[in-house]
Amino acid sequence: MDTSKDQSLLQLRSVRKVFARGTIDEVTALYGINLDIYPDDFVTIIGSNGAGKSTLLNIIAGVFPPEMGGKVIIGGEDVTDLSEYKHATYVGRVWQEPHVGTAGKLTIEENLSLALLRGRPRGLRPSLNKQHRELFRSALAPLGLGLEDRLNTLVGTLSGGQRQALALVMATISKPVLLLLDEHIATLDPRTAQIVLNLSDMIVQRERMTTIMVTHNMELALRYGNRLIMMHKGRIIVDIGQQDKQALTINDLVTAFEQAAGEQLTDESMLLSHR
Amino acid sequence: MLPATIQGILTSSLSDGLIYAFVAVGVFITFRVLAFPDLTVDGSFVTGGSIAAVMIVSGHNSFLATIAAIGGGLACGAVTGLLNTKLRITALLAGILMMVSLYSVNLRIMSGANIPLLRQITIFKSIANFFGTAKSVILVIGILAVLALIVFMILNWFLRTELGLALRASGDNEQMIRGLGSDTDKNTIIGCSLSNGMVALSGALVAQNQGFCDVNMGIGMIVMGLAAVIIGGALFHPRGVASMLLAALGGTFVYRLFITIALRLGLAPGDLKLITAVLVVIALCIPYIQKKARHEWMPPAVKF
Repeated sequence: MDTSKDQSLLQLRSVRKVFARGTIDEVTALYGINLDIYPDDFVTIIGSNGAGKSTLLNIIAGVFPPEMGGKVIIGGEDVTDLSEYKHATYVGRVWQEPHVGTAGKLTIEENLSLALLRGRPRGLRPSLNKQHRELFRSALAPLGLGLEDRLNTLVGTLSGGQRQALALVMATISKPVLLLLDEHIATLDPRTAQIVLNLSDMIVQRERMTTIMVTHNMELALRYGNRLIMMHKGRIIVDIGQQDKQALTINDLVTAFEQAAGEQLTDESMLLSHR
Repeated sequence: MLPATIQGILTSSLSDGLIYAFVAVGVFITFRVLAFPDLTVDGSFVTGGSIAAVMIVSGHNSFLATIAAIGGGLACGAVTGLLNTKLRITALLAGILMMVSLYSVNLRIMSGANIPLLRQITIFKSIANFFGTAKSVILVIGILAVLALIVFMILNWFLRTELGLALRASGDNEQMIRGLGSDTDKNTIIGCSLSNGMVALSGALVAQNQGFCDVNMGIGMIVMGLAAVIIGGALFHPRGVASMLLAALGGTFVYRLFITIALRLGLAPGDLKLITAVLVVIALCIPYIQKKARHEWMPPAVKF
């Protein structure tokens, strides 16, 4: 019996996705992806534009379902046909743009209160109380940004880096079983990007959270996580575990890419992004 | 002589301001909280009035009739929300479709275009009877003020609850709140429903106060509500739930003050809707003109 299959936290089975079906713009974004992610995995996914990384994350997050026959199973439950807000019970997500993951017209504490109720019914209890505020302060203090003293500040007045750090706390505060980081530092300046990246790593380690981080940047993909997946044109072409990953270099990745894809790696943004 | 005129202007603005404040609060919920431009208002206002009128004429208690009117408004708004979320019809179109179809529905409810309520026991008369007095402007203002306070307190509480906060987040960042596990379809339906419940309450009160319900009395209600919300926002710069609700109330009063003065200056009542519309146009284009003056760019207005 295959026991590892029972233990996997996320199972994707024959996940296909076609956009604009039946039109001249028809494009297959994913070809029959099979993937198992295990508890405590920190998986980095790398690939050039059009590789299918975002489509994959969107399917895991339930933004849209895969084509008929595909399956998405999280924590043993088949969530394939559940709507996005139900996926949220299991999946926390940080988007590329800080303004997507936070609500600018609400205060920091209101944003965190919304995040705290992930996956729970929202009723007619007051959304904020003293215990909540204490919890929020202790969640924000480790960021070292001073946000814990500004609970009543409108999020729209924060900087991009501060907002993204808040988005990170919001994605993790209710401890979903899976954390998706969707190129979440791509729009930040290098220094802020490094800070947010360190915070991500700190939170993931502390909460032992199963994480999938999508990135354009090979160096990041090598430096973080215990498993590296490379996608190309809707397929997984490289899947490297912890032991092989430690010895891996960017040149190895380029070689692996060229062997697997059977073509030259031309996406400069992937090669040159050595943040 | 002069103080009496001013007093007259103030009391009539106050009673009209309070009675239409529920429309402003309704418009505030859809436009400002949900960011859902809902035009159902012109129809649901009359639905509230006609349900109350029909029930009062057929001998029901005026309180019951007013509550039933709120129920009718809640149902209208829920249908608008369903059209938008479950059938993916844009908010503006869903509201227009409802506004038009409610015109027919309202004619059916009233079995005609007009119901007089002059000798009926309205909510105002029954409270006047209870206190053993006749219906007066001061009494009407008192009743409306108590009602407005109750509605204010309920909404101020609701918008701070877990559900109410999720509603506000739906209007601010729908993608985020869905990603945090809140059903945005449900939030939209609840918000639209609540909004039109308030509007229908206003319709029921207006019909009972003026002594008749007319199928055309809702025309331009949405623009009036919008004007009140915009004026309130510009004058009071509200931040936070309570002050935003109060700004909607205050905005309605200031708007009615304009209107009352305009009427006393000799403008025909028929001109009021044009004046209101011009007021809203001016308020809406100010940000663009300001940006233009600073040579800043502003994207074209959305078509849908």
